[in-house]
Amino acid sequence: MKKYEKDTLDPSRRRFFGAAAGLTASLVTSGVVLHAASAESESDSEGGLDPRKDPVTDEVRWGLLVDTAKCADGCTACVEACDRENGLDLQVKPEGESQSKWDMQKAVWIRKVRLKDNQTGRITNLPLMCQHCEHPPCVDVCPTGASFKRADGIVMVDRHICIGCRYCMMACPYKARSFIHETMHDQLTRVPRGKGCVESCNLCVNRRDYGVASTACADACAAEGHNAIVFGDLKDPDSPISLALKELSSRQIREDLALNTGVRYSGI
Amino acid sequence: MKRIVYREWRIPPARYWSILAILAVIAGIGALAALYMEHEGHWVTGMTNSVVWGTPHVFAVFLIVAASGALNVASIGTAFGKSPYKPLGRLSGLLAVALLVGGLLVLVLDLGRPERLIVAMTYYNFRSIFAWNIFLYTGFIAIVIAYLWSMVDRAGAPFYKSVGTFAMIWRLALTTGTGSIFGFIVARQAYDTAVLAPMFVILSFAYGLAFFILVLMFAFEQEGRPLGMKILGRLKNLLGVFVAAMLYFTVVYLLTKLYGAKNYDLVGWMLMRGGIYTLVFWLGWVVIGGLAPLGILYHPVLGRDRSWIVAACILVILGGLATMYVVIIGGQAYPLQIFPGQTIVASGAADDFLGSVAPYSPSIPEALLGIGGVAVAMLITAAGARVLQFLPESLADKDIPPEEEPAAALAQAEA
Repeated sequence: MKKYEKDTLDPSRRRFFGAAAGLTASLVTSGVVLHAASAESESDSEGGLDPRKDPVTDEVRWGLLVDTAKCADGCTACVEACDRENGLDLQVKPEGESQSKWDMQKAVWIRKVRLKDNQTGRITNLPLMCQHCEHPPCVDVCPTGASFKRADGIVMVDRHICIGCRYCMMACPYKARSFIHETMHDQLTRVPRGKGCVESCNLCVNRRDYGVASTACADACAAEGHNAIVFGDLKDPDSPISLALKELSSRQIREDLALNTGVRYSGI
Repeated sequence: MKRIVYREWRIPPARYWSILAILAVIAGIGALAALYMEHEGHWVTGMTNSVVWGTPHVFAVFLIVAASGALNVASIGTAFGKSPYKPLGRLSGLLAVALLVGGLLVLVLDLGRPERLIVAMTYYNFRSIFAWNIFLYTGFIAIVIAYLWSMVDRAGAPFYKSVGTFAMIWRLALTTGTGSIFGFIVARQAYDTAVLAPMFVILSFAYGLAFFILVLMFAFEQEGRPLGMKILGRLKNLLGVFVAAMLYFTVVYLLTKLYGAKNYDLVGWMLMRGGIYTLVFWLGWVVIGGLAPLGILYHPVLGRDRSWIVAACILVILGGLATMYVVIIGGQAYPLQIFPGQTIVASGAADDFLGSVAPYSPSIPEALLGIGGVAVAMLITAAGARVLQFLPESLADKDIPPEEEPAAALAQAEA
């Protein structure tokens, strides 16, 4: 047996492996060095936290304040802006589907709701979206952890590990979540969507990645001159949202569940 | 004690393969329906963003609940030492595994992304009762297989009592977990109550036993094996007790909801104003699944007639599906109480958000997938009984092991 091995040993193979190993090592090393150098120069140029590279921290908690007194009857600017921002206006009704059923199946991240008090008849307008709870029921029930809360308080779905079980939709007290019922045809690069997964308002999380401190709905509301939606950091005592919350009396929807929502409403 | 002899299910091959072929075709149609729904997306089903779990869940939850109930027969023989039930233990274990596999298949094939099953197996969020259930279900299959081994193999015999008792505890945990999937949902008025967990345990007793009696009677009748009234009478009386307990829990569930003023409307809707759900509740859940089988099983004449016992079992199963329909679909269709004291007069999206009941009509592919799951369960049972010795040769009155004296049973356990 040993004799056989000796006979068939091929020195050219050894040379080949040696050369291959050397080449791989040199390529990897140079890559690592270059990457490290570029990372260093980038962080030097910007200074402080870089939303594109540094992990999200719990030093901030993003939230919204809705002043229902300013929310205008008949205005749907926030809904339209949300649809544009997240590519929801690109949804196409599947061929052969009835409009009424499609209306119940297509994704809706924000709703403009008009309420009438049963006792007094008082009318209230408000936008309703994911309330970004501190203790979100959708996160508790998700079997894989796809439904998760970021350190900065944003509740969203990891579309890579969502198996489409829809238990989060059962658990959400605000009916904030949508399931993608149809095959996707068109979507935005910044908001990837996929058939068979669940999704909901993520406070325009793509804007956080670029350090933009606003949401499409708040911007649209301001552009209309209503300024009913304020976006900001609930943990920063000097942020516009914190200052407004000190002024106005506000409530959480379904306060009885003690979820400590990140979206607050005044005048309800 | 007389030795119990088990034999493979030896019906004529032509008949056996015909049964298998029919079941395979039904299962195949279910598979095609699943493929169609996955390919097109869930828009082809009746499910919406309001009713997110449809008919497949009705069948899946029903089968999973029935699975743990089917094991009950074996548990009575093992954990409670009731000798007359011992010859039924093997079939009980087989049927339990078969029903669970059928139910899980339906559940998995209805996922938005069934191809990500591996994700469900590798990523866990242990705050989720769903994640716990993944372990409870797979663990159940493993434990019941070990249990069956302890029944059939001499080497396993010393573990028979302990494995059997463990399997019983596990199955109670499993059904508690399944009931808790709904019981833990605080957002919805029809759920959000711990009583759903024990209620599901009781439902499982009834559905599992009904399945078991049907399969037992069919298997014995096809092959001409004797099935005496001594054991059949015990089984059907037990089914009666479980059906009565199911009705009791139904009343307790409704009273629990009725106690809080905020749920008056829900109970009123379910019992009186719910349209199809009210109809399915009274006709399906209460009459077909409860009062009618109860009347048959305890009737002095009908209760001794085999055809009527079969009818009662079928009624319990149909009533069970109706119960699941009201609990699962009705519970979702009833509007969420987001703004108490206010009426939602408009919501920009043209959906059913206006505080009204969400519409849902089951689609054909959904139903086919669910029925396919039942066929898979029966296919596994038929094939298992054919190739392995699951069925006792005789359950004639003279061959039923006598009830052991407590002292004798104790001595035997110690030995």
